[in-house]
Amino acid sequence: MTDKQTRRVLDIKNLKVDFETNTGTVNAVRGVDIHVNAGETVAIVGESGSGKSQTMMAAMGLLASNGRTEGEVVYENGNILGLSIRRLNQIRGKKITMIFQEPMTSLDPLYTIGRQLAEPMVEHGGLTWKQAQAKALDLLKLVNIPEPERKIKAFPYEMSGGQRQRVMIAMALANDPDVLIADEPTTALDVTTQAQILDLLAELQKRLGMAVIFITHDLGIVRKIADRVYVMKTGEVVEQGETRRIFTQPEHAYTRMLLDAEPTGHKPPVPDTAPVLLEAQKVKVEFELENGFLQPKHILRAVDNISFALRKGQTLGIVGESGSGKSTLGRAVLNLLPASGRVVFQGQQISGKDRGAMRALRKDMQLIFQDPFGSLSPRMTVGQIISEGLLVHEPSLTAKDRDARACQALEEVSLDPSMRNRYPHEFSGGQRQRIAIARTMVLKPELVVLDEPTSALDRTIQKQVVELLRDLQKTYGLTYLFISHDLAVVRALSDTVMVMKKGQVVEAGPVEAIFEAPQDAYTKELIGAAMLTQRQMMESA
Amino acid sequence: MSVTTPDIVAAPQRGRSLWDDARDRLLANKAAVASMIVLAAIALLSVFGPILSPHNFDTVYRDYVKVPASLEAYPKADQVQPAFEALVKRARLNLESYERVGDQVVVEVTSRRAIDPRSVRYIDRSDMFKNAALTDLADEDKRGTLTADINYLHFYFGTDANGRDLMTRTFIAGRISLTIGLLATVVAISIGVIYGATSGYLGGRVDQLMMRVVDILYSLPFIFFVIMLVVFFGRNFVLMFIAVGAVEWLDMARIVRGQTLSIKRQEYVQAAEAMGVSDGGIVRRHIIPNTLGPVVVYMTLLVPKVILLESFLSFLGLGIQEPMTSWGVLISEGARNLQGSAWMLIFPSIFLTSTLFALNFIGDGLRDALDPKDR
Repeated sequence: MTDKQTRRVLDIKNLKVDFETNTGTVNAVRGVDIHVNAGETVAIVGESGSGKSQTMMAAMGLLASNGRTEGEVVYENGNILGLSIRRLNQIRGKKITMIFQEPMTSLDPLYTIGRQLAEPMVEHGGLTWKQAQAKALDLLKLVNIPEPERKIKAFPYEMSGGQRQRVMIAMALANDPDVLIADEPTTALDVTTQAQILDLLAELQKRLGMAVIFITHDLGIVRKIADRVYVMKTGEVVEQGETRRIFTQPEHAYTRMLLDAEPTGHKPPVPDTAPVLLEAQKVKVEFELENGFLQPKHILRAVDNISFALRKGQTLGIVGESGSGKSTLGRAVLNLLPASGRVVFQGQQISGKDRGAMRALRKDMQLIFQDPFGSLSPRMTVGQIISEGLLVHEPSLTAKDRDARACQALEEVSLDPSMRNRYPHEFSGGQRQRIAIARTMVLKPELVVLDEPTSALDRTIQKQVVELLRDLQKTYGLTYLFISHDLAVVRALSDTVMVMKKGQVVEAGPVEAIFEAPQDAYTKELIGAAMLTQRQMMESA
Repeated sequence: MSVTTPDIVAAPQRGRSLWDDARDRLLANKAAVASMIVLAAIALLSVFGPILSPHNFDTVYRDYVKVPASLEAYPKADQVQPAFEALVKRARLNLESYERVGDQVVVEVTSRRAIDPRSVRYIDRSDMFKNAALTDLADEDKRGTLTADINYLHFYFGTDANGRDLMTRTFIAGRISLTIGLLATVVAISIGVIYGATSGYLGGRVDQLMMRVVDILYSLPFIFFVIMLVVFFGRNFVLMFIAVGAVEWLDMARIVRGQTLSIKRQEYVQAAEAMGVSDGGIVRRHIIPNTLGPVVVYMTLLVPKVILLESFLSFLGLGIQEPMTSWGVLISEGARNLQGSAWMLIFPSIFLTSTLFALNFIGDGLRDALDPKDR
């Protein structure tokens, strides 16, 4: 990043991408100019659907078959847009390479890492298998994979998400590329892993001097690594400039909205006199893993001896990386999983109750999921989805009453009740999450377990959902168990925070104490990696 | 609420379901639409054809055994005189003169004895002539004029080895084949979907037990099973589709169980569980509607399979019995008479294969329409 040359290695001029669909032409990208200089890191920022990925896919000739392109993509004084696949393959994958969001699906599960790294070198680079293996090992060392000699013989499933992403980076680096296009490479990873991958990319760029185009929706990452930023909205670049300038003096209203989208504010504390609604004592969840025929069973302790108490109106934030057992804890508390320990809800012990006995209590304890695309039944109308709970818990209601209640619930989450006869796929992600919230609110619950309710949403939508949740809590005195890996959201919503790692609580306490003065090393690492913006730090001070 | 929702657009009241989308995509598929038209035409012919046809499906025309398909009416012009002469001879009369007046035959006949007026029955009994009458009797009734109308009949598909109209038989066979195809499929689908969804959703030991039952039924040879049924209950049309349906639901149960296992892990099912919805409600409202895509596709492929199975059973003599018939029976007869009377094979085969083709194309179209991603 230090010795910046002004030579443009990739220059996208007035690129347009259209898709022909059944319902007409969709203009995904409408005349975009983006260039990247040698050795520079450029970030393209925008929400989902802004066309940021399609721009780069079009430049690489990777569009879906119904896509059409127009414009110029200049690489080394030649337009590469619309080249034949043969010619294009001499450039892409060698001189311009890409890494994608999903390291899980980008590797073939049937071959070892070494073979997958070596194969293109043998097929296209003319190396022997032995040379290629040696080079693969060098590459694995380059991307800092621990024990590279052993990992080269490993299969993808034996590696963690972060390691797989490192392998993908190694593949992209195999032919000394001039440009590396990284399409949300860290979105599927945990915050601490994300920070490591970003450090690795920055370091590699310094050493190899390539240009990096970084596609992301996460402004925290942009701020950390990019030299210049392009902000995209609905297929157009609305603002561009030096990173520092964009962050300090944003010109376009949309950029300001993006910057402003970090959830803010704090939850007013609940008086100590409020009754305890939920109490968990020494909750333990164990999964038996079959190790194959005649092998002893392996026991995985997903939740290990966790206790907490939650007063009415309080919010407990549970923070941790994937695999830390936080979602399992949420389900165990709702008695959706077999767990040992004692859970008391509204003065009744619910642990150990069977499904039939739980049914009456389900009305008061609800669950909201992360994925608004998966949690709504695709073949039911929104009205049916919302009123299904009434069918179970208030069977005396007539169809008309149920419909009226569904309308009311839709209004509460600021959706137009006239849309209740539509189907979930006709709604955007944010709207679907509102529908999921309406489904729980129609039953007027006491306790709501929110399992990463904002993680699948864009930042600006996230902020709206957070505000909606906060309003609902205020209006109905709801109690939340808020599970998230997103520290900014947890901070804005919670009274107390529990940090989990490998099924155990490493640190717990009031939200301010945890964020201002974390004690445990792991908590510190999490907070450091989350890159909470300066503005928030100042606000909380 | 203070929250703004800029992403809401003014919406029509009625939503478009996934089924609506699928229907539009299906109607855009030319092969599928053409197939649906063909199938509808065949179904209409099978239902109304036997009613409209001038022949009964079981009427035997002894004079027209194995006559080729023809657009012209029978008897052909050159058949009339020899046939009439033969009939007169059988009536023990002597032919003196032969004259054809339009659609009427006028002959003078003599006999050594007095002519019995009942001998015209010999003429009427033939399929070629009707309204035979004896007039102008003279010479002590030993001479007279015999008139008869030519009975014109159309056999557009020809006739079979017993002299029955093949067109009517093909239509009536279509009724049987399509009914068996449809009913057996409905039986198979309803058992299979309910069984598979229950097994998959309940999981664990119940699932193991239910699927082992399926495995055991799988291992029974189908023909053995059908022979057993026939031995116990006799030959029966209803029995046939029960037998076929009872075997074919096994595949369906496996398919639906597999679907259910993956749907069960979907978050909307977990959401329903968390809401306290009962098992029955979850299977009914969430699981079955979401398995229906593959089920519908499998159904269009099952109907031809069942039609072929019925043909096979009938071929073995375990299925439909004469004079009732099905496409399978007609084809097996046609195959036996292939030499010399190819039409007996060709016409039923055209109907069967176009039905199978149409159903397969519709199945393909449905799969694409229901799962546009997988194309």
